[in-house]
Amino acid sequence: MNTLRLAVADGVTITKRNALKIRRAPDLLGGVVMLPIVFVLLFTYVFGSMISLPGMSYGEYLLPGIFVMAIVTSAQITGYTLTQDLQKGIFDRFRTLPMSPSAVLTGQTLSDLIMNVTSIATMAVVGLLVGWRVHGSPFEAALGFLMLLLFAYAFSWVTATVALALRTPEVFNNIATIMSFPLVFLSNAFVDSARLPGPLRPIAEWNPVSTLVQAARELFGNTSPALPVPGAWPLRHAVPVSLLWTAVLLVVFVPLATRLYKRAVSR
Amino acid sequence: MPDAIVAEGLVKRYGDVAALDGMGLTVPEGTVFGLLGPNGAGKTTTVRILTTLLKPDAGHATVAGFDVVRDADRLRARIGVSGQYAAVDDHLTGAENLEMVGRLHHLGTRRSRERARELLDRFDLTGAADRPVHGYSGGMRRRLDLAGALVAEPPVLFLDEPTTGLDPRARIGLWEVIAELVAGGTTVLLTTQYLEEADRLADRIAVVDHGRVIALGTADELKDQVGGDRIQLSVTSTANLESAARTLAPLAAGEMRIDAGALRVTIPVTGGAATLTEALGHLAAERITVRDAGLRRPTLDDVFLSLTGRQADEKAGAKVDEKSKETA
Repeated sequence: MNTLRLAVADGVTITKRNALKIRRAPDLLGGVVMLPIVFVLLFTYVFGSMISLPGMSYGEYLLPGIFVMAIVTSAQITGYTLTQDLQKGIFDRFRTLPMSPSAVLTGQTLSDLIMNVTSIATMAVVGLLVGWRVHGSPFEAALGFLMLLLFAYAFSWVTATVALALRTPEVFNNIATIMSFPLVFLSNAFVDSARLPGPLRPIAEWNPVSTLVQAARELFGNTSPALPVPGAWPLRHAVPVSLLWTAVLLVVFVPLATRLYKRAVSR
Repeated sequence: MPDAIVAEGLVKRYGDVAALDGMGLTVPEGTVFGLLGPNGAGKTTTVRILTTLLKPDAGHATVAGFDVVRDADRLRARIGVSGQYAAVDDHLTGAENLEMVGRLHHLGTRRSRERARELLDRFDLTGAADRPVHGYSGGMRRRLDLAGALVAEPPVLFLDEPTTGLDPRARIGLWEVIAELVAGGTTVLLTTQYLEEADRLADRIAVVDHGRVIALGTADELKDQVGGDRIQLSVTSTANLESAARTLAPLAAGEMRIDAGALRVTIPVTGGAATLTEALGHLAAERITVRDAGLRRPTLDDVFLSLTGRQADEKAGAKVDEKSKETA
């Protein structure tokens, strides 16, 4: 078997293993299915009833932001399971097998992709039930979902890198929570970033999360002509910049995570 | 007979600490080699290097004819490893765990499934095959881990403290399984801190301390190295212990060990049963009451003590105490 076929076959084996794990672990399954449902209902009804936007419902404005928030929070599962595996010695077993060394991380990130498909599909269905609508063309909507999933896949490599650098599940969970909150809330996911005060505004406007949320809003047609057009450059070109961010994250974090994995397991 | 494992001058440093300091060993095909030593002696580091998990800082080693650094990929197809921490997946069932290992050995889906069932059957896990591993007992997990090491029928098997932390019954069960494997011609490198375990399973034993081999031989050869038999006797009071030691001092062929807590004295002797008779005669003449007396072959505990001047480890020490309670 040549190297590439071996890597793919082993990656699929590890993906299946991780998917089985998520299906059997109630805490992980809760993160994949229950948490997104709670997010959609809570934000739509609590904030949606308090905040009004010119020309559209806040609930519709909100859902792309919730999609992205779910991507960022569920990526923590990647890191958490990786740190758990690191501590349990299962990687030692893998490394004494004649398998492709890259399969552990590709398998991990691919099973996260399956997880993200599940959680975004769940949120879309619940969103439709509570009044969210796609106003763009089916092609644009499909592109929107594809873009969210591509970004989610790239972001898995970011959390994998952080996890492999930190190594223990407890430390990872703390750091990941501290990092993910500002990432999600210092953005346009829930508020119009143009109305943020002073120094927060440029941070929010250049936050990749904002770009992705803006891109998703455009592709799903969840915008209103009555809303001010965002001024910052990444928000004016949200779709191509989101794809660029995805590419940059992959180029930087795939090799970085791979190197950290080798270092973490060979001690 | 060709050698399945050869290691020469292995060195591995962590900062200033040398985990391995010139470790070397040779294991002929089809034999069991025991690495015996306390925690931190370098046993696990040796296994990690021989199984390609770690690269040595110096020295070289081959396993099944392949260099552990240069031919790591081909070497991995010929070894099985079962570690101290059972490397099994908690959320997967026993069968799924073994099938996964089979597929990662590229046996194919059908063969992996067959092999998993064979091994579950052999390790008495058929009843638990489709239950997630987190419900398994410690002994079951170890058996599953060992089964995982055997999926690809490797000619060389590494067992790193296979029974540490198991209860006595599970330990004896695992010993029987290992003995069967060896009868089938597998070469085994076993590490242990249980002297009894090395004695029972290994053809040859290397005593390891501070990252190198300090003694090598069969269990009997090692015992001969520390001299002949021991007279071991317990008395009824501390006063008796002192006078017994004084009375028997002329018979000792080496250093006496006096255990004041257990009221016991151990004396290396050369004359065997005749010396025991003589010793008992002296004690009777001095009117010293003896609770228990016997002649025994030196244990590997004695070997470690005489080689390093200290007990093999705390656990071995605790075991001695337990035994003395039984005698008391």
